[in-house]
Amino acid sequence: MKKVKINREEQIKWYLSDFARFAERLNGGSQSTLHGTRKQAIKQFSKLGFPTTRDEDWKYTSVDSLLAERFNLSTAASNVSDSFIKPLMFEKSAENTLVFINGHYSEALSNLQLNIPGLVVSSLAAAAEKHSELVSRYLGRYADCEAQAFVALNTGFVLDGLFIYVPDNISVEQSVHVIHLADPDAGPFISHPRSLVVIGKNSELKLTESYHSKGDGSYFNNAVSEFVVDENARLDHVKIQEESEAAFHVSYTQFQQERHSVISTVNVDLGGSLVRNNLHVLLNDENCETHLMGYYMGRGRQLIDNHTFVDHAMPNCFSNELYKGILDDKAQGVFNGRILVRQDAQKTNALQSNKSLLLTDDAVVNAKPQLEIFADDVKCTHGATIGQLDEEALFYLRARGISEEMAGAMLRHAFVADVLQSVKDEDVRERLDAKIIERFTLAKKTNTNCE
Amino acid sequence: MLSIKNLEVEVAGSRILKGLNFEVKPGEVHAIMGPNGGGKSTLASVLAGREEYEVLAGSVEYNGKDLLEMAPEERARAGVFLAFQYPVEIPGVSMSNFMKTALNDAREARGEAALDAMEFFALIREKLKIVNMNEKFLSRSINQGFSGGEKKRNEVFQMAVLQPQLAILDETDSGLDIDALRIVSTGVNTLRSKDNAFVLITHYQRLLNYIVPDFVHVLVDGKIVKSGDKSLALKLEDQGYDWLTDELDAPVTI
Repeated sequence: MKKVKINREEQIKWYLSDFARFAERLNGGSQSTLHGTRKQAIKQFSKLGFPTTRDEDWKYTSVDSLLAERFNLSTAASNVSDSFIKPLMFEKSAENTLVFINGHYSEALSNLQLNIPGLVVSSLAAAAEKHSELVSRYLGRYADCEAQAFVALNTGFVLDGLFIYVPDNISVEQSVHVIHLADPDAGPFISHPRSLVVIGKNSELKLTESYHSKGDGSYFNNAVSEFVVDENARLDHVKIQEESEAAFHVSYTQFQQERHSVISTVNVDLGGSLVRNNLHVLLNDENCETHLMGYYMGRGRQLIDNHTFVDHAMPNCFSNELYKGILDDKAQGVFNGRILVRQDAQKTNALQSNKSLLLTDDAVVNAKPQLEIFADDVKCTHGATIGQLDEEALFYLRARGISEEMAGAMLRHAFVADVLQSVKDEDVRERLDAKIIERFTLAKKTNTNCE
Repeated sequence: MLSIKNLEVEVAGSRILKGLNFEVKPGEVHAIMGPNGGGKSTLASVLAGREEYEVLAGSVEYNGKDLLEMAPEERARAGVFLAFQYPVEIPGVSMSNFMKTALNDAREARGEAALDAMEFFALIREKLKIVNMNEKFLSRSINQGFSGGEKKRNEVFQMAVLQPQLAILDETDSGLDIDALRIVSTGVNTLRSKDNAFVLITHYQRLLNYIVPDFVHVLVDGKIVKSGDKSLALKLEDQGYDWLTDELDAPVTI
């Protein structure tokens, strides 16, 4: 890897000048209240600067490789043909699919047939105009702009992304699928996709987000998502990141749960050169239930870092977390699972488990459970294991005529089977199943998933 | 079909097989008996292709090919099957996925088309009957939470699906109650034909009441020291192995 002298001051200046150019292009938009939020955020970003490995939260994840590159702000969706998008869609959600290219909504490639009174599924840019009251009521209220530099940066450039508003007492039967495709053909770019999803009381939503690349050029996705799950509402969420191994992916996701709400989120990372996911859940009222699942597969020199934070603020809530990683070659994995049980959060039941499979001597995982408990009547368990592929099981499969390669793929698939089982959407689960087998049987023939 | 000549095998630094000779022809059933540590399971493992066993000398020919040169999966595809003494549990891999992959990999290797879902399940249902297991078994993970008897029946089920030419059963009868033993034996007897052969490795004559062997061999200290017909098994049951080892230790007279 080439060593580049990183000048952090220069980088911040670069992003600030980027912001100036961005603001100019907004024309009338620069007078809106939203722009006030942007200006404040970018100021906060310049104060915070980029994290370093001296920050406890970034101890194992250096952003130097990210800062060594200079990305230009993506300004519009590039031309991507329909035939490229089609295979990324799921059969059952094909009529409820939003497509974003380089962070910008593409109406031509999207297909939105959902027609439920009061339900809004649209691009954030369109919603900011048509439903400005709704957007400003929720946008930026949940993600931490004060302490998180990447959230501040995203908020500074907030323009487009996903907006879903499910009114009270609506159960959206059909799954919604959001495709984020990066096409770095025109050079390295940065995009700041922003998602805002609000699910009203007693309502229900199934959402799958997938991130893909076209080609293997470098770019930087700096995503921020806010989910508000109101009383007795349910969210089934899956995020699949299968970008090219030259991509940088940083994401902050904040879930806010109200009384009796249930969320299930499954987070899959297969691509990316440097991946950092921050997933925060605030259990803001009693009797909430949270299922936080994920698996990640790294190879080459990929670094995949999952920082999760479950904030038990109120009593009688249940959270269940399971993350699994398979690391090959010289890949690195980081898992940091923070659980905070506040003083008021009596009768909390919090489970956490992180398991890693290291396929080579050079693969590394840094796993850290971090429990902070201030209530006295709680049940919290955590565990972290690191292991290798079971040779005995491998031999058993081979002794039945299964090739060594396929047997290995089956065992890797088996390792994450319990996480896959938590994906309720069959379309999605089957594709994830197939991807694992494909990844380990078409071993390393290609570095991109979309070619 | 199988011809083993002067086979010497070492595992973890100690020599277990010390010049073993053994021939199997199509249609035959051989039983290999002998005291613990004699090399019975080592023989089974070497034939299946376990890597930790080092062949020091000798040869193993299977249908005219050098078996020792073949990878475990190549042996299986060529029709060699080992019913494991201790089948491993593999959570997360369902029996149906396992069998489908194994079956279709073997078919592909033989240049045959893969079975579609309908054909596969028709075949599987028929084979499940042989071992008296129901279809629920297919959605379970391989051997996970299976009782001892179920694990052994599963081995026979896999054998029935894959239809090997040469099946080696490594103490498949150990730890089985009489009902399970009967099911396993019936399974093996159903599969017997003039074209295939079985090698039964066992401690107990009991199994041979159900599966009647053509030949019985006694493996002691890395060599076959005595071969005979099924009556040899009865004699071993009655008298143990001591008379054999005494015979061996006796000074050679010319």
